[in-house]
Amino acid sequence: MSAIWSDPLVKMMKLFEAYRMVRAGAVGSRSRARRKMIFVGLHSALQATVLSLVFSTTGYADSVGKPSPPRGGVAAKMEYCQDCHGPSGQGYRGFYPIPRLAGQQTEYIENQLRAFIERRRPNNIMANVAHVLSPAMIAALAASFRSFNPAPLGGAPKHQVAAGKKIFEDGVPDANVAACAACHGPDATGKGLVPRLAGQLYPYLVKELTNWGKERGQIPGHADTSFIMAPVAHSLTRPEVEAVAAYLSYLK
Amino acid sequence: MRYIPLKTAALAIVCIAASALMAHAESLAIRNCTWCHGASAQGYTPAPRLAGQRVPYMQNQLISFRAHTRDNPFSKQYMWGAARSLSPRAVRDLTLYFASLAPDPANDGDRELTSTGRTIYQQGLPDANIAACVACHGPNAEGVAEIPRLGGLAYTYLKRRLQQWGEGYHATARAPMPRIASKLSRDQIEELASYLSFIK
Repeated sequence: MSAIWSDPLVKMMKLFEAYRMVRAGAVGSRSRARRKMIFVGLHSALQATVLSLVFSTTGYADSVGKPSPPRGGVAAKMEYCQDCHGPSGQGYRGFYPIPRLAGQQTEYIENQLRAFIERRRPNNIMANVAHVLSPAMIAALAASFRSFNPAPLGGAPKHQVAAGKKIFEDGVPDANVAACAACHGPDATGKGLVPRLAGQLYPYLVKELTNWGKERGQIPGHADTSFIMAPVAHSLTRPEVEAVAAYLSYLK
Repeated sequence: MRYIPLKTAALAIVCIAASALMAHAESLAIRNCTWCHGASAQGYTPAPRLAGQRVPYMQNQLISFRAHTRDNPFSKQYMWGAARSLSPRAVRDLTLYFASLAPDPANDGDRELTSTGRTIYQQGLPDANIAACVACHGPNAEGVAEIPRLGGLAYTYLKRRLQQWGEGYHATARAPMPRIASKLSRDQIEELASYLSFIK
């Protein structure tokens, strides 16, 4: 019976039937007809109210004709990350080099997002992005980006690649710099908290290696995995940094 | 009517014509652009300022107009025809010339909205999944490479462009802007456009 009542056409018919009964002057049925009209009328009004509450939206998009974007959830947040980091997480050369996240170690991404929140790694843009992320969201985003595998963005000077490969595989013994491959893996895909470097943006790698002391581990006394890179970044000369960055930026 | 000696009149006409022809940097090709974009390329509604704009950005737009990718109404009405017969050489020369001009800010936004606009530009709206414009467009909205300078562009132009992406119009194929701009509300668009119009 309640299923029938939910049909607006049936409701209309019942209202009309009740109205006809009242008009026909049937005494005994007048009060019953009136009760029916009142009941149907209230039922309609209640439904109308509930429907209007459910479907009223106060959101960021206020024009009616616009397609409404997904407002919640990992999918919407992923799209937001991809707005800057590229449709497949391959990175982007904005005003600031925006790093590749595709294929990155999940522990590394999670650690960096926490580092932005805690300001171990000061970065205004990423601090704003990260401070609204729950731990569950952070884990989900990291897992999502891990699964992407686009081609590297490229664009680095090619003549330095050979020298960079040598530094990556053998280090710079004279400067006491260990081989990068020892921790980052022979294919530079990283492991755990050690990041993947393969396919990373050339200007981003150069920026990080030349600014390590100013960008990482900025809370004194707070243990930070980034400290392990500090002597490496310090000892590499600028040409060596550019060479190894160029090499890594082309690795698949 | 006063009598003007014929020779004087002829001399005057020749002088004026010569000075017009010798006007510095006002070649025919550039005048084709400045008819609409303003004598000093600072923009003239609805045509945006070209002075100080990024070379790769302007080149991409001219290619986009010729390929009919950029399809909003004013582009279709004016720029599709304007870009059709430009040779690659002309594209290069024109864009280099306009990029070399010093840009003047339009200063025509709503001053009361600029501080909110600055917040959106510099910090984004992480709760609304709106990226901070500064990441790509730079701290002074100056742009880089194919990413345009936004600082000082006219309020109405910026507002219209941001709205048009939300309405489904297209720009160059790889631009992330359509999705980003689609998330902005009308108020946020006005705030951003106001803030940007005052940047030197």
